Amino acid sequence: MTDDIISRERVGAPGALRRRIAGLSDRALAWVFIIPTIVLLLAINIFPLIWTIRLSLTNYRANRANDELEWVGLRNYERILTNPDIWNSMQATAHFLFWTLVLQVLIGFSLAYLINKKFKGNDLWTTIIVLPMMLSPAVVGNFWTFLYQPQIGLFNYAVAFVTGIDPASFSMIGDVRLAPWSIIIVDTWMWTPFVMLICLAGLRSIPDYIYEAAEVDRASRWRQFWTITIPMVLPFLMLAVLFRGIENFKMFDLVVQLTGGGPGSITELTSINLKREAFEKWRTGYSSAYAIILFVTVFGLASIYVKALNRVKQR
Amino acid sequence: MRSFVHRLARLRRGPWETVATVLIALGVVMLMQPFALAIYTWSFAVTLTGTVMFIIVSHFPE
Repeated sequence: MTDDIISRERVGAPGALRRRIAGLSDRALAWVFIIPTIVLLLAINIFPLIWTIRLSLTNYRANRANDELEWVGLRNYERILTNPDIWNSMQATAHFLFWTLVLQVLIGFSLAYLINKKFKGNDLWTTIIVLPMMLSPAVVGNFWTFLYQPQIGLFNYAVAFVTGIDPASFSMIGDVRLAPWSIIIVDTWMWTPFVMLICLAGLRSIPDYIYEAAEVDRASRWRQFWTITIPMVLPFLMLAVLFRGIENFKMFDLVVQLTGGGPGSITELTSINLKREAFEKWRTGYSSAYAIILFVTVFGLASIYVKALNRVKQR
Repeated sequence: MRSFVHRLARLRRGPWETVATVLIALGVVMLMQPFALAIYTWSFAVTLTGTVMFIIVSHFPE
């Protein structure tokens, strides 16, 4: 088969190229195809990473690129890891990450479970639910700022309708206690459909005969749910949590558009803080060290997750 | 427990990965906890140790 393809290639290839291909072994040919990808990977992933590590050990400032570079060793890391403001932004990120994941998994799985049932208009509902995910985060951030307006915002009126309080008496974006929840609500609204789709794929991959066998054994619906549905959807759920966890750890555009990190710095997530250090204060060396700390954290978490995922798959 | 220590001493992947995983998780919790700045200060060292250890021990035999 391979010989056949190569001989056909030889016939079709121009003279010089044909002679070159004819002289290459299968292994060499494989390398010819792989090398461009490796070079690209090195150029856009590995090299910037090494360069960032190098910059993190200097006092480099991108707006004063001609200044003499001074090696500061681990001083940037020391300053970041003793800075209470960055510590606060880590806590803001943790709060955002925890609640968005909990809400998205619970609501996403519940929606997938409902959508998986056969009913009239199933496809239409799936399309409607998936719509928020398709919008641009900048657009979503913009129109949710209108929804959150105390005077004219629909969100405030909906809350007022349910609870009976005055809609103008609270401001989701302006209140220090409510602002972190305002970004959690928007991210959950936008990205729950993504978790739902992954869960739906998991639910649809469970063969019907397993449930039929459970019915024969007189297993209750509740028991079927805990011993068949949940274990078989778990790898998919974990994958969804991994994707959303990493994405939310880096969350930037939606929050910038919605609150800009405020009020004060209560919703200033690490990515926003990092951007301010790098491109407003122009402390490139310092922000490189900050980026490396975030990278190691995400990399470590992803490693644990991949290990857990493999273990669940093997079960 | 004895089996765990024995496998740890024989440089087996499973228990070493568990140690590395615990270190990473501990480091992340230390990084994001709201209780003490001193704990936050040491978080990166713990996470980095765990991550590097994880990369190394994932090449150990099963």
